[in-house]
Order: sequence, then C-alpha cells, then structure tokens
Amino acid sequence: MIEVKSLTKNYGTITAIRDVSFSVAPGEIVGFLGPNGAGKSTTMRILACFMPASSGTARIAGRDVFRESLEVRKRIGYCPENVPLYSDLRVAPYLDFVAEVKGLGRTERRRQVAEVMERCLITEVQHRLIGRLSKGYRQRVGLAQAILGDPEVLILDEPTIGLDPKQITEIRSLIRSLAGRHTVILSTHILPEVSVVCDGVVIINKGSIVAQGPIDTLVDQFFPTARVEVEIAAPPAAVLERMRTIAGVVAVQGLAVTDGGGKYLVESARGRDVRREIFELAAQQRWGLLELKRVGTTLEEVFIRIVAGEQVAEEPSA
Amino acid sequence: MRIWPIFKKEMRLYFTSPIAYVVAAIFALIAGYFFSSIFAYFTLASMQSMMNPAMARELNVTDSVMRPLFSNISVILLLLMPLVTMRLIAEERRSGTIELLLTYPVRDGAVLAGKYLAALALYALMLALTFLYPGIVVAFARLEWGPVLTGYLGLFLMGATFIAVGLFASSLTENQIVASITTFGVLLLLWTIGWSAEYVGGAWGKLLQHLSILEHNDNFAKGVLDTKDVVYYANFIVLALFLALRSLEARRWKG
Ligand SMILES: Nc1ncnc2c1ncn2[C@@H]1O[C@H](COP(=O)(O)OP(=O)(O)OP(=O)(O)O)[C@@H](O)[C@H]1O
Ligand SMILES: [Mg+2]
Repeated sequence: MIEVKSLTKNYGTITAIRDVSFSVAPGEIVGFLGPNGAGKSTTMRILACFMPASSGTARIAGRDVFRESLEVRKRIGYCPENVPLYSDLRVAPYLDFVAEVKGLGRTERRRQVAEVMERCLITEVQHRLIGRLSKGYRQRVGLAQAILGDPEVLILDEPTIGLDPKQITEIRSLIRSLAGRHTVILSTHILPEVSVVCDGVVIINKGSIVAQGPIDTLVDQFFPTARVEVEIAAPPAAVLERMRTIAGVVAVQGLAVTDGGGKYLVESARGRDVRREIFELAAQQRWGLLELKRVGTTLEEVFIRIVAGEQVAEEPSA
Repeated sequence: MRIWPIFKKEMRLYFTSPIAYVVAAIFALIAGYFFSSIFAYFTLASMQSMMNPAMARELNVTDSVMRPLFSNISVILLLLMPLVTMRLIAEERRSGTIELLLTYPVRDGAVLAGKYLAALALYALMLALTFLYPGIVVAFARLEWGPVLTGYLGLFLMGATFIAVGLFASSLTENQIVASITTFGVLLLLWTIGWSAEYVGGAWGKLLQHLSILEHNDNFAKGVLDTKDVVYYANFIVLALFLALRSLEARRWKG
C-alpha cells in the first residue's frame, strides 16, 4: 500500500533523510520510530504530498506521491506533528470544512462529521473554538480530521503526544480499530505503545532506515538469545565458572556482584530454557538460589540496541 | 475545483475574528466623514450659486459630490486593503495550517481562488455600505446614474487589483506585517508612478502613465467606460494571481 524507494530529502545543505526504502502492506499498522531529528516527520511530509523529495520515489495505493499528488491526497488522511488547526474556527464547522474539501456531499458530510466526533470523543466540545481547546482535545480534533472521508491510508505524526494516560488508551484502541480497513503509519516515541498498537515497525536513525519488520522478527534478530536472571548467594568466581559449563549457555554476565553473591544474566540459545539446569546446579553445589526468572525482551531494548549499535559501528570510521 | 469550501472557510475566518468588522467599520466611518464634508461644501456652494446664476451652470451634483467621493474612497482603499489581504496565506504559513490545507485533495489554484474570492466578497460588502451616500444625494438632487455606476465599477476593479497584489504579497512571507507593508509599498508605487510621467516624457512617460493605477481609475469616475482600463485591471489581476500561484508552489519545494 505504501512503497518508498530510496527517498532522499535535502534542506539546503542538510540531508534530512538519505536513501530511505520501506513498504507497508494493506491493512497493516506500522510504527515509525527513531530518535529526535531522525527524519520521521520529513518522510511523512513527503508521503502526505506536502513537499517533494529531492530524489527517490514514494507510491501510495500504486500512485506516485509527486506526479499523481491529487489522486494520492484523495486517499490519505494526515495529521502533522503538533497539529496545526485554525484557532478561530469552532470544532464542528472546522470538521465540516474538512469534509467538504475532501469532497463529501452535504448529507454524507453531516453523518460523517457526527460519527467521527463520536469516535474521537469530541462531541461535547463541538461548539468550542479550537484555539481554546486543551492540547489533548486539539490532538483528537487533528485525528478526527484525518479519518474524515474514510481514507485508505492514514499518516499520523505522533498522534498520542500530549494526551493523558486514559486518553492515550482510548486513542490507541481507536487506532487499533482502524487496522484491516485502513493502512496506518504512525510515528511515536512511546515504545510500549508500538508493541500494543502496531503490527510492524520501521526504525530510522540519522536519516537512514536501520531496521524494519514485524516486532517479533526484530527481537529475534537483535536478541538472538533467551535470557534468565539469577540471584545466587555464593562466591562469584565459582558461580560464573560453573554456570558457563551448562549445555546451551552462551554467555553469563554479572549484573550486581559482591563477594557473598550476586545477580547474573544468563544467555542461552533461543528456545532453550536453562532454568532447570541452573536450579539443579545450585542444589548440587549447595548455593543459595534467591531468585530465578526469565527476562522478556521489550521493543525498548531492541530500539536502544539498534540505535546505540549504529553509533558504535560508526565510531571507528569517524 | 473545490473553491467553494475554501471560500466559505475564509469568510468564516474573516467574521469570527474582528478583522472584517473593524476594517468595514473604519472604512464606512472615514468614507462617511468624507461624504458629509463634501456634501456640506456642495450645499453651501449651491446656496451661493442661487445668488450668482453664472456659477450655477458649473454645479453638477455628480461631478462635485460623487467624483471627489470616489477618489477619496480609492485613497482609503490604498490604506485599508493591505490589512484585508495580509492574513490570507502568511497566517496559514505561520501557524502551520498550510501543511494540512495543501495535503487535502484541492489544487493550489482552487485554494488561491477561494481566498481571492473571499477577500473580494468582503470588499464588495464594504463597498455596498457606501451605497448609502448616492442614496442620500438622490433625496436632494438629480443624480446621473451613469457616472455613478462606472465609478463603482472602477472602484470595484481597483479593489480587485489591490486584493490580487495583496494575496501575492501574503504568499511571500510568514509575517502578516511584512505582507501588508509590501502590499502597501507596491500599491503606492503603482499609484504615484504616473506623476513622474511628465518629467520623463516620450514613450517611457507613456508607459509610466499607463502603469499608473490612478490614471485608469480617473476615467471610470468621469463616467468613461473604456475597455483599455478594464483590460489594464484584468491584466494586473491575472499577473498577480499567477505570481501568487507560483510562489505557493515554490514554497512547497522549499518545505
Ligand atoms: N524546514 C526545515 N529546514 C531545515 N532543516 C529541517 C527542516 N525540517 C527538518 N529539518 C531537519 O531535518 C532533520 C529531520 O527532521 P525531522 O523533523 O524529520 O525529524 P523527526 O524524526 O520528526 O524528529 P522528532 O522526533 O524530533 O519529531 C533534522 O535534522 C531537522 O533539523
Ligand atoms: Mg517529528
């Protein structure tokens, strides 16, 4: 549904994105991640036909965002970062304007505006001036104008920024409910959100794509080992040595180690559970086994490893 | 072309913010002041002429009230129109709303047309407020409607030109003040350019005279409807709108 091929954008002498390629399948929700200034908003602005790329192509629903811009714009809903809206208009007339600009007829417009306000929970503020709304409500109006007209593709730049925890859950389930019928690309800095909402991720760092795919695949790719955290009261040297001999253990690392004992992180081949062996080893050696638990991998760790790994990899050449 | 929704939105913005009311009120107030002083002077002059019949032949209410009124109104427009147009694009750019506007399925041309027509409609409303004055004159004297109608046509075309120039200036910047000063500067230059025609003389002088807004507006006020003048304004409007379209497109490229 979205195909981006070697997209590059220069702002004067600054290269904001370089050779960016990725694709999003129809009905998928994809999280677009990256540290500040990575080029997320730049990419999204190009996809939304706000500005052309310096080179490369992007196609949405099979149409080129630059050459068939009008056709693409009929099929997308866009909510820019920090949601620019007309402060001097009231919510309902504003949404009516958007619906009309998107080409909806009078009765259809009335129906959709009412429905969208309902879905985004802004019905009760429909007569207020947009400029007087709180940040969270503005954000929802921004989302409402994007989903008006039922576009095939939604491009949402940080849609949950500035919302309170309850609103975040509501907006997330709203976005989740768009899956299947709509293709969504959303950028965010809240990584747990991505695991909840998105089917896959695209990670960009310093203008280049560094990873993409389903979250599970990325976890396997960047954390190829299963991890167990153990706390043992026994001399550390012996513990380290013995644990390394367990079959399947790839690495053992001390986390907080003192003479009397400590915490260790044991990594083993993925799919290989070494907790029983550790328990038996401790019993046999008469070590005090204080804690033994599996450590799951969060997207956060993957993200940090990828982004930090990039920096490490760059250093020798710099 | 989805001009209509853009037009409605701009009208709504004019009337939810105080701009439209303030500009229209100030316009009506100053025009009213000019009218009453011109009309009072005319009444005085006509009373004197009753005692001196030789002067009476020269007193014609259309020439001595409406013509100076039209020329005064055109000066007010020179000062006020930049304020009507300064917001049109500059404010969208400053507040970032242009990012949404230009990603809706409307052509840049339709966006411009909607904005242009909205400002023109506001101006037409302002002009309609001054219909009161010929109305008053008619109650006391016989008015020749021909020159009044051409006079209004002239004012309308001139305002339409000012708006086109203002729209172009507004597309150049994020700053409303800069847009308004630029508009005023350009209009003032075009206004006064004819003055130097006398010194320059020859073909250049003719050209300068032709470029002058004042020159063309004068004919309308005299009741002369010449296609040359209409074409002059039409050319100006088309050129300014074309430049505005180009500048909007160029801004897209810069991001
Ligand atoms: N209009 C502009 N002119 C010049 N440089 C720009 C412009 N917009 C963005 N940049 C630069 O391009 C780079 C990418 O910016 P972009 O806004 O795409 O980042 P981002 O990933 O959205 O960051 P954030 O998470 O902070 O929103 C940055 O280095 C930024 O300074
Ligand atoms: Mg951004």
